Amino acid sequence: MAEIEKPHPPGDYPVVVVGSGPGGLQTSYCLARLGIAHALISEDDGPGGMFRHFPVFQRLITWSKIHAPAARGSDAYEWFDWNSLLGEEPDHRALVPALMDGTSYFPSRPEMEAGIVEFARRTGIECRYGCKWESTRRDDNGFVVSTSDGDYRTKVLVVAVGMAEPWKPQVPGIEAVPHYVEMKPPETYADQRVFLIGKRNSGFELADGLLTWARQIVLGSPRPARISVLAHSTAAARARYLQPYEDHVLGGGNVVLDVAIERIERTDGGFRVHASGTTTPGDLVLDFDAVIAATGFAVPLRDLRDLGVATFHQDRLPGQTPFWESATVPGIYFAGAITQGSIGLKKYGIPSNSAAVHGFRYNARVLARHIAAKHFGIVEKRPRVDKNDVVDHLLAVATRGPDLWNQQSYLARILEFSPEAGIVDQGTIPLAHFVDAEGPDSVAITIETDAAGSIHPALYVRRGGRVDEHLLPPDPLHQYETVEHRALVAQLLAGWV
Amino acid sequence: METNEVIQTLGDFSLFADLSRPELEGIAHTFDEEWFGEGQRILRQGFTGSGFYVILEGEASVRIDGIERAKLSRGDFFGEMSILLNEPPNADIVALGPLRCLVLARSNLSEWLLSMPPVALRMLQAELRRLRAAGRWPR
Repeated sequence: MAEIEKPHPPGDYPVVVVGSGPGGLQTSYCLARLGIAHALISEDDGPGGMFRHFPVFQRLITWSKIHAPAARGSDAYEWFDWNSLLGEEPDHRALVPALMDGTSYFPSRPEMEAGIVEFARRTGIECRYGCKWESTRRDDNGFVVSTSDGDYRTKVLVVAVGMAEPWKPQVPGIEAVPHYVEMKPPETYADQRVFLIGKRNSGFELADGLLTWARQIVLGSPRPARISVLAHSTAAARARYLQPYEDHVLGGGNVVLDVAIERIERTDGGFRVHASGTTTPGDLVLDFDAVIAATGFAVPLRDLRDLGVATFHQDRLPGQTPFWESATVPGIYFAGAITQGSIGLKKYGIPSNSAAVHGFRYNARVLARHIAAKHFGIVEKRPRVDKNDVVDHLLAVATRGPDLWNQQSYLARILEFSPEAGIVDQGTIPLAHFVDAEGPDSVAITIETDAAGSIHPALYVRRGGRVDEHLLPPDPLHQYETVEHRALVAQLLAGWV
Repeated sequence: METNEVIQTLGDFSLFADLSRPELEGIAHTFDEEWFGEGQRILRQGFTGSGFYVILEGEASVRIDGIERAKLSRGDFFGEMSILLNEPPNADIVALGPLRCLVLARSNLSEWLLSMPPVALRMLQAELRRLRAAGRWPR
């Protein structure tokens, strides 16, 4: 009986979305709001994706501020709430902080999962759970997605299956080493000498969680640790996990090493690690009771490579256009954390936040609009802006726009200037598309961080087909609605406003 | 590309011809791998914040004001001039097909070159060859 009631049975659909984590759900929600019929399928038995299990130590590194400088449920509040999915109705917004107990501004894993489940429930997103994507092939009309429930046919496939596949580098002997996802309860490591491979957030998360248990922790990987407050990036090790690093720096007994791991051997009681220094030359042979590979994840692309989907980053991510379409197989799009494979301008080496909910939720909204326009000819009516309001409009967006703040140098708000249609706010699109594609006279505004850590708005002005970059000054409190900023923007848009 | 494949590829490039295997391995781990589809811009003329790139696979066009001035391929590098002179790039670099590169962030280039004098020397030689080819250097 339950089987009969499952939504989205196999068949033909305008769009098929695979995955019921935050990326799949956000995409499904945004497509539905635009009236795009689609099937949402997932092999899981409920919503939540990776947050059904991870992080291992059960607390996120992305904050949701219970008390924030913007009203809960407003657009501006999203800036301070990195975890809730985006809704248009008040009842669909800011659901994660509503479920947090207030003891931390980082939600626990169960609070995050509950927020996603509540979003799916309140928005009425229908997903066919327990439906496993097994293989993919082309036919005359597009793609055939074969699942445990049968075949889905579509011209537009959106893959939102997360960075869900545990990944290890090619090191002899590493196959005997458990991955992050296979870590045992922390008390198992009581009084043990533990080697953690990897110095990104998952490595530091485990080190932080084991501080009270392990006799000694050694973190090792070839690259020096990058720290978020110095790298200006959430992709670097976050401040919350820095206690083990401080222990290392202060000579507390735990150690952080820059080493290439040559091989790992099993010994009677544990593991022997052979390594060579990368920043300081020298060979090391070290014995440990336990080794854990905190070496990251890859996209479970299944057979998409056979269809021609090109990959990079050690074959872990698909290469994508600015609108998150496979750069080699048109019609296959990506959503969720996979969208980090569409690199954007990556100014000063700072990546987008597309690997995290607060970044990719905006990508999903832009993607849904793009799919609606490109494949179905559905274009939302966009608001006009009065000539006298343009400067204030742009600076208000720069001062309070959550998508620009959470996707710096990556997403941009666009105003188009045309003699016929007037001035139209075209919404938010990828900055890389704006600066690289042809288009009418227009301006894009973004927020950017430079090498010195200065956060400031940037304008990209396209006149007669040529795009020029103009960096605006920073403000100590990020308030850009100043006399100075107004004058500069007005000058840059001279003739249009 | 797996790391071992990247290391092997780098060993064939003249920029890294003097380096030992552990040093090549260090480069493979210090740089990030990035991938661009046909027509995508990697450097943008006049835009701040760009990085230093070494091409692993594919071809790219060097365009000044939209006009192609040169082509780059496997083993070629770009972006260093903008970083070392602290100016925005004076050309676009556009992928002519699938393009796989290693990239180093702007802020790390000087320190990295100082730690690798043989690479700095090879880079200087390459720059001199470019100047000569451009006719701005006496033969």
